[in-house]
Amino acid sequence: MSINRRQFLKIAGISTVMGLGGTTAFDLLQRNSLEAAQYSPDPKALTAKRWAMVVDISKLKTEDDYKKITDACHRVHNVPDLGNPKDEIKWIWKETYEHAFPGQEHEYLTEGIKHKPFLMLCNHCANPPCVRVCPTKATFKRKDGIVMMDMHRCIGCRFCMAGCPFGARSFNWRDPRPFIKEENKEFPTRMKGVVEKCTFCYERLAKGLIPACVEASQEAAKKAGTKPGLVFGDLSDPNSEVRRILSSHFSIRRKSELGTQPSVYYIIGGNDHA
Amino acid sequence: MYNGLKIIIGLLIFVAFVTFPFYSKMGKATTKPDPKIDTPVIQELAEKKCVEPKDFMKTEHMKMLNDWRDLVVREGNLIYVASDGKKYTISLQNTCMNCHSNKKKFCDECHNYSAVLPYCWDCHIQPKENKT
Amino acid sequence: MLETALKGSRKYWGLIFFLLAIIGVGFIFYLQQFFYGLGITGMSRDVSWGLYIGQFTFLVGVAAAAVMVVLPYYLHNYKKYGRISVLAEFLAIPSVIMCMLFIFVDMGQPLRVLNVILHPTPNSVMFFDMLVLSGYLLWNVLVGWTILGAERKGMPPPTWIKPFIYVAIAWAPSIHIVTAFLYAGLPGRHLWLSAIMAARFLASAFAAGPALIIILCLIVRKYTKFDPGREAIQALGKTITYTMILNVMFLGFEVFTAFYSTIPGHMHPFDYLYVGLDGYTKLVPMMWLSSILAISALVLLINPNWRKNETTLAVASVAVFFSLWIDKGFGLIVGGFVPNMFEKVFEYWPTIPEAFITLGVWAVGFLILTILYKIATTVKEEAVYDKYGEKQIKV
Repeated sequence: MSINRRQFLKIAGISTVMGLGGTTAFDLLQRNSLEAAQYSPDPKALTAKRWAMVVDISKLKTEDDYKKITDACHRVHNVPDLGNPKDEIKWIWKETYEHAFPGQEHEYLTEGIKHKPFLMLCNHCANPPCVRVCPTKATFKRKDGIVMMDMHRCIGCRFCMAGCPFGARSFNWRDPRPFIKEENKEFPTRMKGVVEKCTFCYERLAKGLIPACVEASQEAAKKAGTKPGLVFGDLSDPNSEVRRILSSHFSIRRKSELGTQPSVYYIIGGNDHA
Repeated sequence: MYNGLKIIIGLLIFVAFVTFPFYSKMGKATTKPDPKIDTPVIQELAEKKCVEPKDFMKTEHMKMLNDWRDLVVREGNLIYVASDGKKYTISLQNTCMNCHSNKKKFCDECHNYSAVLPYCWDCHIQPKENKT
Repeated sequence: MLETALKGSRKYWGLIFFLLAIIGVGFIFYLQQFFYGLGITGMSRDVSWGLYIGQFTFLVGVAAAAVMVVLPYYLHNYKKYGRISVLAEFLAIPSVIMCMLFIFVDMGQPLRVLNVILHPTPNSVMFFDMLVLSGYLLWNVLVGWTILGAERKGMPPPTWIKPFIYVAIAWAPSIHIVTAFLYAGLPGRHLWLSAIMAARFLASAFAAGPALIIILCLIVRKYTKFDPGREAIQALGKTITYTMILNVMFLGFEVFTAFYSTIPGHMHPFDYLYVGLDGYTKLVPMMWLSSILAISALVLLINPNWRKNETTLAVASVAVFFSLWIDKGFGLIVGGFVPNMFEKVFEYWPTIPEAFITLGVWAVGFLILTILYKIATTVKEEAVYDKYGEKQIKV
């Protein structure tokens, strides 16, 4: 039988597609995963229905207190120091009131609030826009309320960065490893091309430890003889420390009018022993 | 064949290119990969066993690591119950590499031989090895 | 039909190799970006999307503009568009391919792109964008190739192509609307959080796309034996007149809402773009250029005598295209990120590697466009049949 060039090309093309598609389908169907009986969470793990944090800056007395908190986080998680605002990566940092709560500031604000830095971090919103927009579920909401990052799946599209109203997310514009001062060998670094942010220390919670920033603020408080500036707990537990503070103090959240339902609360006007 | 000479010459050149990797190495022996498990941590173990039996690990460690990744990161499960009932913490850096701290003489042996480049190490910190 | 692209004049091959050279340079810069990271561009923690996503946004509009020709022809039998409907579809194909390439070069982990398909996420607008772009590419390739193939044989196009044409017509606004939704649903980005975003996108698409088609038709008439037809070009001219008016009006509406309400969050992005904010004025000259080009284009287009003159129409089309390229391909995207979520300004400007990679992608688009147009014009130089494959459509 004679075959012309066009028919030959068509047959060759279709066979290639079938061949590639067939082998892929075969591989995918062959996937066998571990059975459910083989894994469990660590019994020591801290669990909650909705993790939340209360930030009370009146308890942070010196520049050093802030530095200890941000350094604790960045050290434990191998957060690099890129040294310039273009490429910088930060999981927890300081901003003054007018930048933390834009639109809320006014000329006659009390000095104590106007110039004292607030701590910024991912708010782990209950209705997170970043999770809504992620095309691969690389950022997703866990059952305990933590908005988590799966670095293995992130394609680096940065849609989550555009969607976050709080500027909480950083992107690895280049390989971060040369910029990590002291590697924490028990935690991975990230590579270029993925987004990262605070994850409420999910890896410490899984071992029964509180987040690094909270631990650092507790140490600073002990030294200064005050109560800690960061309190962490389960918002859905009416007996938790966070609920106790929220019920007895005036608190605000960042950009709450946007409806993202942040889980980080800021106490305004606390004092040393409240 | 129309343009027969050009076609045959073209085919010969094509065959030469495609079979180049094979005949260029003919006669030269390549050593079989020999992964070493004589790290200090392994030598101190009472029972020299991995999380799962050696043959399972050889063929399935890639799939197992993929499953472990999703179990820890996406589902928050930190404990793995092996087929012999023993419990292990799921962690590449802190469990696997704790025993197999000689990545160059263990992991890389087979990976280099089969030209596999897992990019886990772009993020997961490699254990520091002595430059012996 | 592909073999018609392999026979051409010296000018044709000169153009092909020129475009290949630009692609080569762009590719080398892309390799640099692949190994260094996206930090080689001007993007930053605050302005996390820049020229690449801006070009993607603009080109999605150009791609959708094929509907401005295909809809009147197939749904309302506007015969004059019969000569150029394939040219419009053959513009959509490289535009969509450029969109996909711009997304690819913008990704931090491009080798993981299949994750979007392996882990489908219907609540993510970007997932839908991937679906609608791929679908649109498929319909345009199918419809354009089939119709042209039938025309070449002097036959009516097969009846099974009709539903695909209707799907493509309905699909075209969707690629745009979905892209507008990428921006219009993000809380906190005040420049974008407006219902009129989707309408603005449609208006600018239906102005920039047909403007490019006009320019391409004039080029095709000059360099090939195929004449797209004076009346088709004039009809496109009327289209871009009204859609450009709508564009300018929609921008005016946004400005009114921002400045009459005097809500700082709404005003600040416009301040940054048109007068500068906190002393930062990098984008101001470009945005005013865009506005001047827009007004000049409208002056040339609204006057019917100037619109009927093909030279002034060409000038107006170029002005429309560049005005909207600046506005959507740059101003809108960067403006959404300034000021940042802390009301601070961090500016963005593309770097040299970024510019060359962008040029490289544009060159890929123009290369595909050149090849497709070579095929289409070679076929149509013989004769142009109407959509029933019966009567010839004369100039």
